[in-house]
Amino acid sequence: MWRRNLLFFGLLGGGIFALGAGLMPPRQPKPITRFDASAYQSPELRAVVERVDISFRHQWNAQGLHPAAPAPDLSAARRLALGLMGTIPSLEEIRQFEYLPAEQRLPWWIDHIVQDRRFADNFAERFARAFVGTEDGPFILYRRRRFVDWLGNQFAANRPYDQMVRELIASEGLWTDKPATNFLSVTIQPDNKNKPDPVRLAGRVTRAFLGLRLDCAQCHNHPYAEWKQADFQAFSAFFGQTHLGFTGVYDGPGEYNVKDRKTQEAHAVEPGVPFAAELLPDTGSRRWRLACWVTDAKNPYFARAVVNRVWALMLGRPLVEPVDNLESDAAAPPALDLLADDFATHNFDVRRLIRVIASTQVFRLDSASEHEVGETEEKAWAVFPLSRLRPDQMIGGVLQASSVSTLDAESHILARLARYGQRNDFVKRYGDTGEDEFDGHGGTIPQRLLMMNGSLIREKIKEGPFTASTQVGWMSSDDAHAVEAAYLTVLTRRPTPAEAEYFERFLAEPDLKPNQRLEDLFWSLINSTEFSWNH
Amino acid sequence: MEPLSVCPISSPLPCTRGRGVGGEGERNPLKPRPLTPLPLSTGGEGLSAHSSLNRRGFLRLAGLTGATWLTPIGHMLARAAEAPAERGRPAQSIIMLWLQGGPSQLETFDPHPGTAIAGGTTAIRTAMKGVQLATGLERTAAELGSIALVRSMVSKEGDHERGTYTMKTGFRPDPTIIHPSIGAVCCHELPVAGTDIPRHVSILPGQWPARGGFLGESHDAFKTGDPAGEVPDTVSHLAREREEKRLKHLDVVESAFARGRRGRVEATRHAETVARARKMMSSEQLKAFDVSREPLALRRAYGDTPFGRGCLAARRLIEVGVRCVEVTLDGWDTHANNHALHRQRLTILDPAYSTLLRDLRERGLLERTVVLCTGEFGRTPSINPLGGRDHWPNGFSLALAGGGIRGGQVIGETDPEGKKTPTKPVSVGDLHATILTAVGIDPKKVNQTPIGRTVRFAEGTPIAGLLEKKS
Repeated sequence: MWRRNLLFFGLLGGGIFALGAGLMPPRQPKPITRFDASAYQSPELRAVVERVDISFRHQWNAQGLHPAAPAPDLSAARRLALGLMGTIPSLEEIRQFEYLPAEQRLPWWIDHIVQDRRFADNFAERFARAFVGTEDGPFILYRRRRFVDWLGNQFAANRPYDQMVRELIASEGLWTDKPATNFLSVTIQPDNKNKPDPVRLAGRVTRAFLGLRLDCAQCHNHPYAEWKQADFQAFSAFFGQTHLGFTGVYDGPGEYNVKDRKTQEAHAVEPGVPFAAELLPDTGSRRWRLACWVTDAKNPYFARAVVNRVWALMLGRPLVEPVDNLESDAAAPPALDLLADDFATHNFDVRRLIRVIASTQVFRLDSASEHEVGETEEKAWAVFPLSRLRPDQMIGGVLQASSVSTLDAESHILARLARYGQRNDFVKRYGDTGEDEFDGHGGTIPQRLLMMNGSLIREKIKEGPFTASTQVGWMSSDDAHAVEAAYLTVLTRRPTPAEAEYFERFLAEPDLKPNQRLEDLFWSLINSTEFSWNH
Repeated sequence: MEPLSVCPISSPLPCTRGRGVGGEGERNPLKPRPLTPLPLSTGGEGLSAHSSLNRRGFLRLAGLTGATWLTPIGHMLARAAEAPAERGRPAQSIIMLWLQGGPSQLETFDPHPGTAIAGGTTAIRTAMKGVQLATGLERTAAELGSIALVRSMVSKEGDHERGTYTMKTGFRPDPTIIHPSIGAVCCHELPVAGTDIPRHVSILPGQWPARGGFLGESHDAFKTGDPAGEVPDTVSHLAREREEKRLKHLDVVESAFARGRRGRVEATRHAETVARARKMMSSEQLKAFDVSREPLALRRAYGDTPFGRGCLAARRLIEVGVRCVEVTLDGWDTHANNHALHRQRLTILDPAYSTLLRDLRERGLLERTVVLCTGEFGRTPSINPLGGRDHWPNGFSLALAGGGIRGGQVIGETDPEGKKTPTKPVSVGDLHATILTAVGIDPKKVNQTPIGRTVRFAEGTPIAGLLEKKS
């Protein structure tokens, strides 16, 4: 009997130990990830960066604007983390960053990020919103998570963007087995034999991949551009032979019929593209031909649309607004064409595009300037724009700010699960932005209430073995160090002398417990404008 | 950077300065007026200057509060209190009882007893001659004099998410634009006066609570749970002194960040939003969420359920100037065991809905409040092998009341065999045009969205004969 008891307690103890070891792994500073600073010095990359920089300088000169000074490296690091991973750098990462010689810091940080699964997952979700939206879609026949996961794998493998898009448009098969087909199955029409909807697909393809709003021509002739209703119908016809069966999405025979609005008579419409017809191959399935046409390096819109989106993700604002309408009234800065050409001639390499954008002068500009600047300077990119963080960036920031060590895919599964639940709850209350993620609204009162009084924030800053406010207190030899560590953890910068003096004095006050004082410091940092905005 | 549109929830200005929105449209001749908040109807707050409330004051003095609303005399007094001036004016608020999942018209507002499609569902007589409701809606049946039933709703969306979007906004989902929910339109278009708490509230928010869409997130519904609990995130749980100190710390961080960015940081309106949130936290109006201040008898009448409390809170909220309250009752998605599940849901809906109408009427609030009771679609006339009904947007029912809507009538008819399309079909756009007209907003008003597209608030025409002639 006692043996069984012993065995039971042994197992119990072993389990607890394993769990504990998983939750609190013995953390050594992580080995610095592999990176190649020379890539950033290659003449070819420098050349395109230079061209982009010159194009902006021309604009500033023409408008008589003075660009802001370069931002501190840590500011750039914060931007990169928020833009590419949807979170802020951890104190652990900041220490690694500062351990490197100054000229290697940002190259390392960019390469470190693009190798991190957090980057792949974040980009996957952002692009998925453009590709399939946020809706749950048809039950069983559509698996959004599968789709996002697949996109994540593509970004993690740095698959050329054109290949990725061809697969989205043209693949056949089951939505579970070939996750790319969810791009099609999300539009199925239950009342029309589960056929994917050619009209919705045509709208998606033009907006998400080409940055054109051809779908406005769905009901009427387009007010500005040259798209006619007939163009849209011909474009939709590329999806007119797509069906859904037991084997998933497949192409079959049949015509694409459109009802005339006036006479209500149906007539067959042949597939056709609204411009650059010479790029359309003659053979292959309709969808394959369309996929080749869309992703052709000579299609002027394809590369520009994705460059505009990646720029928006990294700088908080697209070069042309809105992000999915390259034909809006706003004139595109020449940088868009320069970056797009470079992207198309370099095999649609997303990582390279990120490196180029991150190396530009504009990306490195400070968001503050000596003289008072406003909208004109922001619009001309003479100063880094302030943009409000999306809900996912907010919760990413809050979670990371409450831990000194990096919260990444290597955390314990239980910790990741808990974070997943916290993220969802937070985003639900904070208000998801939906598909259009760059529309620059101001914050709302419920959001402020959530940040000031919400239980998640309270939990994340209160005393406890896992919270940064407590750990900062343990690790710091004195109040000055504690204030500095808190600032780095939450705002990715050091306090100004005035701030340092103020908070050091506060931490020395006797009327609260030491940890309560740190908690208050964290609360103030997390509730600041600085924390809620990208800058 | 676009100008920001944190729409003040407590600004003396009409909240029509959202960016770009609010182009030159024809104004409705029935000009909306600022909403006058009523004092909370709790004991000991003194008499209001509002003339229509003096009667209540009198009754309160007579110690009859809580019981009066049940008596015929209370009813008569309430009717009398609906001053003629009140009648000519558009409604000021909307209460939307959202039956998430899609209730079956056959087991609620449009029974066909004795037919094959009824599947055994019986019906009861109502206050309206010749009109029946499904068994289980006995108390609602007594209120039918105030209710207009629409039995011929037709929508084009048979999916929950898309159907909800359609019913709440009046438009089918469109990937290039997010339309505002009707409550957001009201908050945006109608003047603001003295309300510190959000004017668009979703109690027991379902999966897709009402959104501000292109009018901005600041018009999203404020989400709160069962009124038995506290209003989320409005209590700091700190000693006052410590709380104030935290705000002082915040100022220190703010001023460091403002250096070199002052104008642009001000344009974020972050500090202003914090101040407003603080104002809300200390507002007396927050008590409107607290239904425990109501007499027990009334609370019982609404039903001791989260939904019943939600309906009671909705009434309290519109009294303090909230424009739109959405209260969700989930559980209508009965793909299996339809009849039993519906019967069970009705035990919650019937008391809450009927008491809400009655309570509003007794307080003279029904004339200025549109009450809509609907889900995202109806359910199939046929019954599936699991004894359930599936989604059916091609002829379902909803109930409208208050806000100048003429009660005691039925619009449209469905086929007793469930095959033909309903007579006098009403589109979702028509429904929205009707409600907007009732609250004094011109549904044809053209808006510029932030991307420069022009959109109307509703595509449709008000349902004929539903709105009383406003003199």
